[in-house]
Parts: sequence; C-alpha cells; structure tokens
Amino acid sequence: MLVIDSISKTFNPGTVHEKKALDNVSLTLEDGDFATIVGSNGAGKSTLFRAITGNFYVDEGRIVLGGEDITYCKEHVRSRVIGHLFQDPLKGTAPHMTIEENLALAYLRTSTRKHAYFSRISTKEKAVFREQLSLLDMGLEDRMKQPVGLLSGGQRQALTLLMATVVTPRILLLDEHTAALDPATADKVLALTEKIIAERHITCLMVTHNMHQALSLGNRTLMMDGGRIVFHVSGEQRKNLTIDDLLEQFKVCAGKRLDNDRILLSR
Amino acid sequence: MNTLFTLSILQSALELGCIYALVALALFLSFSILNIADLSTDGCFTLGCAVGAVVTLSGHPVLALFAAAGAGVCSGFVIAFLQTRMGVPSILAGIIVNTGLYTVNIAVMGFSSNVNLFACDTIFSLAKEKLHYGLFEDWYKLLIVLVIVMITSVLLSLFLSTRIGLSIRATGDNEDMVRASSINPLFMITVGLCIANALTALSGAILGQYQKSCDINLGTGMVTIALASLIIGETLVGKGSMFRKIAGVILGSCLYRFIVALALRMNVPAEALKLVSAVIVAVAISFPYLREKFLLNRQRSHNRNAYRKEESANVSH
Repeated sequence: MLVIDSISKTFNPGTVHEKKALDNVSLTLEDGDFATIVGSNGAGKSTLFRAITGNFYVDEGRIVLGGEDITYCKEHVRSRVIGHLFQDPLKGTAPHMTIEENLALAYLRTSTRKHAYFSRISTKEKAVFREQLSLLDMGLEDRMKQPVGLLSGGQRQALTLLMATVVTPRILLLDEHTAALDPATADKVLALTEKIIAERHITCLMVTHNMHQALSLGNRTLMMDGGRIVFHVSGEQRKNLTIDDLLEQFKVCAGKRLDNDRILLSR
Repeated sequence: MNTLFTLSILQSALELGCIYALVALALFLSFSILNIADLSTDGCFTLGCAVGAVVTLSGHPVLALFAAAGAGVCSGFVIAFLQTRMGVPSILAGIIVNTGLYTVNIAVMGFSSNVNLFACDTIFSLAKEKLHYGLFEDWYKLLIVLVIVMITSVLLSLFLSTRIGLSIRATGDNEDMVRASSINPLFMITVGLCIANALTALSGAILGQYQKSCDINLGTGMVTIALASLIIGETLVGKGSMFRKIAGVILGSCLYRFIVALALRMNVPAEALKLVSAVIVAVAISFPYLREKFLLNRQRSHNRNAYRKEESANVSH
C-alpha cells in the first residue's frame, strides 16, 4: 500500500526559476491497485514519480510505502522495493554489459546478505534468467552473452521491465514506458506489462498520454495539472466514462483545455 | 652503428611494460570502467614507491608491496570521500589529493627528496638468489613482474564478474539504472577508486625496487603514460570479454615501453622523453578518430568520382 500524504515540492525557491512542481498532493493506493495518470506537459506526473523514488526529498508531507515511512529514505535503499521504468528505453539498462550481467544486477535485490556481493552468477541463476527471458518471447534467451547496447529500444524496455519485476516490487512506476517505441512493439511491451502485473498482483502507477489506455488499463484514473491531482475516478463511474468525457472533465477541473498534442493525436 | 633492435631492449621493455601495466590497469578501472578521470595517479605512484622503499629498508621487500597497496587504498579513499561525500568534482578531487600527496611523499621519505635501496634486499635480489640457474639467470626480473601482473589481472577480472564488480561496472555505464537497482553508486565509486589507487601504488613500489631508488619526481607524467598504454591497448585489442580487455591493457603498456625504448635507441636525448611520451599519447588517442575520418573521406571522394563519371556518361549520350 502506498500512502502519499499532502506532499509539496518547489524547485529553485526564491529565484526567477521558482517552480511549484508538486502542490499538496495526496494519494492512497491499495495493494493491487493499478492507477493511470494523465495530464498536460509539466503537470507534475514525472515529478510525482521522482518524489516516490527519492530522486529528491519533498519539502512537506510524507510518503509511506507498505507501512514504512520512506520520506527521507535514500534513493538506492527505496529502490529495493520500487520498480521504475522510464520513457527513455536507454535509461533502464547498462549498455556495455551483457543481458545476463544486467539481470544479475537486478537480481541483487533478492539478497540482503553482505557476502552475496562477492558471489558470481551461478549456473542455477543462469537457468532462471533464461526461463524469464523466454517469457518475453523476443529470442533474448539465446543472446544472454551479448551487450545490451545491441538490442532494439523495445527489447531493452522489455528487459528493463523484467529487471524491475524480477523481484516483485511493492510498487511499480511506469513513466510512459511505451511512448518511445513503435506501435507494434509498444503493444507487445504493454501486453507483457499487463500480464506481469496481473499475475503477481503488483501495485502500479502508470503515466500515459494515450486516453484510451488511461481508461482501459487498471482500475483507477487520475488527472494532474499544475502539480495537483485535479480529478480522480474509479469503479462504476470510470467504466461508463468515454474519452470525450475525460477531456471535458479536464476542462472543468483545470479550467483550460488539455494542451497536449500527443494526447489529442492519440485519441 | 648499433642495430635498432636487440634482445635486451625487448627484455627491458617487457619488464617496465609489465610494471607500468598495473598503473594502466588502475586507469582502466577508474577511467574506462568508472568513467572518472582520476588525476591523482602521479602522486599516488610516488606514494607507492616511497612507502615501498621505506618499508623495504626497514622491513621486508614483500611486505613493502602490501604496505604500498594499503597506502594506495588510503589515497583512493580520500579522493572518493571528497567526491562522494563532500561534493568536490572528480577532476578537482584528484588534483587536490595529488598536490597534497607531494608533501606526504616527502614526509614518508623522511623529509628528503629521494631514498635509495642499494644496500638492502629487494624482491628482485631475493629472486635472483633463488633462481640462479639456466635461463632464469637473465630473465628472473621479467619472471617476477610477469607473475605479479598475471596474479593481479586474474584477480581483477574475477573481481569484475562478481556482483560488486558488476555493480562497479554498471555505475560507470548507467548511473540512473544503478540507483534504480538498489545499488549505492557512491559506495561503488569508493570501492573502485580504492582498488585503482592500490594498483597504482603497487606499481610504484615494484618500480622502486626495480630501479633501487625512489625520487619525489618519479610519478610526474604517469597519468599520461598510463593513459597512452590504455588507449594503445584498447585500439589494438578492441572490444571483447573483460579478460581480453585486461590483456589488451597489458599489451598496450609493453608496446608503449617498446616504442619509448626504440626512441631512446635512436638517440633521442633522455630529457626529450616527456615530449616523446606526449606525442605518442596524442597520436594514440587521435588514431581511431583520424582513421574514421580518413575512411569517410575516401568513401566520399569515391562516391563523388562515381557520380561524376555517370554524369559525364549521360552528357555524352
């Protein structure tokens, strides 16, 4: 369960570049919840994610994940229980290391013992990696010794997804993770994401610019603008909502039209 | 006139190449893998030599190697501390430590600018006593340094395939990903720099025992030389497994020494050696870039000529 309790963040306070990126945001995600987030550029979607992962500390409020207050917890400590996928498929993997080595790094999270640091990749683990890779159905299981830099964006993103979920995270953050992929690959990665989330019952937050996805995926939809959550819908009400309703709703809540070409084009 | 190439040139080039290969391996770790320009190499090399010389004099030459490596770890830790905990940019941290090490090195040598080891045992004189027959008579020095370099590179390549080694490699490759994988990049930088500087200092200690003296200016320009070796190795061997890359670095170091030996042989005065080194480094670093440009130019003129030919053929029709 993720509880975000009225967090705020202002970047560059007291300068001309002062920007209130998060303004008193509160959000509670129950275990197994899958919420999609829409909003125009600069609405604070990615900033919210970075607040959760600990890329910066919030000015006010607190963040509780799985009953543990992580507001001032260091980034690399939190990431043990948080999976994070970026829009840029190059961000989630180390290009000069092999597929196997990348997976081994992600697998480090399973072990809390210190001496595991000096262990090497065992044949048993290789078999596990192979099996997991074959689930992606991209032929990566036969390329385990190849550097990740040789893979396509879609393959790298699928691998990142696997790495983020190789140990079931308490929460999975998907920041438009299919936006930079070609439509066919995007569909494949998305289907894979849905499958993994459903199978393991992972709590998930997903930023999207695709209005159809925003309503069809998961069980809740959030709308952000100006660093605030301006609209929140779930359950029956959400089922009856159309994309036009959602756009209309945005106009009502934010007092302006959704100014994002990508959203309008992806309708 | 002497012939340009003799066996003894090859021998001493290999010996020095193997000794300096450890510095090149240190830069391989900090510069190639961790992507940090560690400019304290010069001071750290002298530190290793100074500590090694003092311990050789008062203790045991083998103990001196470990003591020097330990001193290197300390020096690496200070740089890493400045970088990761005090917010000092990495290049600046190296320069600061390098400056400070000058005084430390003088102090280690008992506030004198040099120490000589002519009166005491070194690892080489100990080995000479043990290996006084046959082929070893002439080659015992090379044998010793070769064994040390082999052990170091095997350990290094094994280490780099452990989880902590993988984490260090990932830190230099993609720091975003490392943080998202629950690895502390600051810790990895610290471990990497400690190991790199231990190798540099170890190399200094071996060189000190090899030439039976230690001088405060010994390390000047070391970072350039090591970089040259590293880049020669990378250019020649190219990409591949970690072990192959490490072998490339050692090969590069030996080759560099060989080039220097040839330059000396061609009566280049010893004072000009630093300039020769700088030229070799500049050439080695720019070589891959120039090769690419050359190939591109050739392709361009080739295509242009083909196009012209076609055009003139069309006109004549």
